[in-house]
Order: sequence, then structure tokens, then C-alpha cells
Amino acid sequence: MKEFITVIAALVAAPVLGGLLAGIDRKLTARLQGRVGPPVLQPFYDVVKLLHKEPLAVNRVQVSYVFLHLAFMLIVIVLLVTGRDLLMVLFAHAFSTIALILAGMSVRSPYSRIGSQRKIMQMLAYEPILVLLVVGVYLSTVNFLAATVVTTPRPLLLTMPLVFLAFLMAVAIKLEKSPFDVASSHHAHQELVKGITIEIAGPYLALVEITRFCEQAALFAVIAMFWAQNLFVGALLAIAAFVALILVDNCFARLTTFWMVRYMWTVPMLMALSNIIWLYA
Amino acid sequence: MNLVSNSPWIVHYNCNSCNGCDIEFVACLSPLYDVERFGALHVGNPKHADMLVVTGSVNHRNARVLRNVYEQMPSPKVVLAMGVCTSSGGVFAGCYNILGGIDTVIPVDVFVPGCPPRPEAMIDGVVKALAVLEDKRRGAETATPAKPALTFFPPAPPAQEAARQEAAHA
Repeated sequence: MKEFITVIAALVAAPVLGGLLAGIDRKLTARLQGRVGPPVLQPFYDVVKLLHKEPLAVNRVQVSYVFLHLAFMLIVIVLLVTGRDLLMVLFAHAFSTIALILAGMSVRSPYSRIGSQRKIMQMLAYEPILVLLVVGVYLSTVNFLAATVVTTPRPLLLTMPLVFLAFLMAVAIKLEKSPFDVASSHHAHQELVKGITIEIAGPYLALVEITRFCEQAALFAVIAMFWAQNLFVGALLAIAAFVALILVDNCFARLTTFWMVRYMWTVPMLMALSNIIWLYA
Repeated sequence: MNLVSNSPWIVHYNCNSCNGCDIEFVACLSPLYDVERFGALHVGNPKHADMLVVTGSVNHRNARVLRNVYEQMPSPKVVLAMGVCTSSGGVFAGCYNILGGIDTVIPVDVFVPGCPPRPEAMIDGVVKALAVLEDKRRGAETATPAKPALTFFPPAPPAQEAARQEAAHA
């Protein structure tokens, strides 16, 4: 019964928290650019508005994949808060992203197709880092359960600092931050228009937005897990990572897809691998 | 409750404009005016947009494109006609290819006069259009706006005038 309440609370809290983070992100970005910026609650206004729009869909396949995109992200949240297997979290998260790619691929718009292909390249770039993160958790705590991360005496940040840095770069890709925002973007980029979500309109776009909020909350929860012994320190860690990501987003221009893959497969990959070797030895 | 008017996403279509209005419109997004503080976003995609901002005098060639962009937007949606060209054809009125206002192609909700309008006038137009958007969400009837009172309709060019007089005499 207690677990049931925790799950329901997490499913309500995750989109709210993620939406607030997105609002603070837009406000901070505007201030860094010398603008006033939208209200902090703007992402919620956007979602409410999108839910009141006419439901326009190109085909039914697209709609069902958008629903799967959200459903698997909710499964990720449930698996995380109940302290289940991190490998399962990884697979559910990957399928959520794949559902969005399939939704983008199910229409004939070239922008949507290009965005989806770039999303695949993004997955290729960050998935190895996520796998190495889970391997690192296994080597530090001797099992794959998210629950043991909290009970293990030594914070993960002390045993795998290099994996943490590599994971931050993976988070930058997941949140479509510059220099990695190649598949879709919140800024007006001309060559891609809107990328992967271009043909998703009205309430279906609202579902994609809610999924993005949930994902953002889940990713920062994983960052906080690097110091799960004291959640206050963990939250500080997540806030520091959040601000650092916004700074990086505003300091960099976007780079090409292949640069991203080359970079992710060299610098962060070597960092994470050397950390794993050090843990294994 | 303002359910839809807190986040107007704007798609901008240049309908044969001289680019004067477009540059002034892009200035609205700059840090000086910053329309994003009203939640407005400039999207490049009609399927995500609530508001269609049109600049320029529509002609026979791009009327079809304008109608297509309009029809791709999910309702509720509003159309904002920027500049005098969109209400009468402006300095191009009377040209052989000009239809004389975008309201000949799609229904317009707000006209913003000027050649080009100042960014303040454009933001004022956006705010007026938001009220119309909220009315449309409720399903209320919305009025067709009058064209700007200062719109100048030039007399017919001399050649056409001469031809008409000749026809009248004959």
C-alpha cells in the first residue's frame, strides 16, 4: 500500500517538477540573453493550451507511438521510485525514445525524417555512457537495483566521478542542449524547423511535452542518486548540474551530428571506461 | 480563464512582402521588445502555431500557399495582418498581380496598420488577437474587423482611367 502511494505521488510529482525545471530553464536562458523572459509557469500554460487545441494527426500509427512514448517514460519513473533494476530502467527509457523516433518516421515530412535520423545518432552517442553508468553502479554496489544505491555507504560520486561527468554530457544530449541539440530544438533553427515533432500537433504535442517534463525529472533524479545517502547534497548536486547545463547551452553553438558522435565516443567514453577499469581493479 | 491566450505560438508567412514588416516583426523577438515575456514563441511550423502573422500584399501565385499554411493550423487559430499591404495592397495596390488584401484569401482577425508598423503596434496587435483567440476557444462568434481607417486606396493608373473613360463615352 505504501509503495502504491509512493508510485502515484511520483507520477504526479515528476511532470510538475520537470515542468518547473523547464520554466526556470527558459527564464534563466532569457536572463542570460538580456531578455525578461516568460513566466516560470510558462511550460504549463503551453501544455494547457495544446490540450485545448484541435486534435490533428497525420495517421493513427503516429498517435499510438506518441502514447507509447509517454507510457514508457512513466514506467521509467515507476521503476526508479520503487528501486527496481537499473538495466530495466535503461531499456524502458530507450524504448520511450525509440517510440518517439518511430512517431517521427511514420510521416512523410522530410524534416521529421531528418530529425528522427538525428535522434538515432543521438541514441548511438549517449546509450554507451548510460550502459557504463549502470555497469559502474553494479561494480560499486554489487547489484543492479536502484534501491541499493541509497543504502550503500559510499556515495556514487566518490566512486565514479568520471562516469558522473560523462553522464552529464549524456543528459545534455537528452535535454537537447547546445552543442548537442541536433534532432529538435526550442530555438528557431532554420534547417530543421522543429525536427522530430514537426508533424505532431495539438494534444499529441502536449503528450510529448509532458514526456519531456517526466524525462527531465527522471534524469535529474538520477543525478541526485550520485549522492543518495544525503538527499540534500544530492539535490544540490542536481541543481548545480542544471545550472551548468543551461550555461553550456548558452555558451555553445550547435555542432554537427557526426561531431557529436565522434566526441561522445572518445572523450566521455574514455572517461567512463577508465573509471570502470579503476573500479574493477 | 485564459486557457489558450497565455502561450501564443506564432507562425510568420511573408506573402510577397518588401521585408520591411518582417524586419520590424523580428525586432519584436529581440531583447528590446521580447514578446516571449507574454509566452509568445516564433515557431516555423503551422501545425504548432496558434497565430498566423502575414506580411505583404498577396498575389495570385502565393494565395494558394497562404491558404495552405492557414488550413494546416489546428483551431482555435487567429490571423494577424501586419502592415498596410495586407489590408489593401499598400503601394502595390492596383498592380496587375495584386489581389488587394489578404482578407480576399483567408479570414483576418486583426489588422495592424503602418508601413511598416512599429514593433509596439505589432505587439498591441498580438495582444488584441489573443482576446479573439480566447473567444474562438469558447466557440463565440468573432467579428470581422474593419480595415484600417487610414488605408489609402490610390486612384486607378492613368492608362486604365483613360480606357474606362473611353469605354464610358463609347
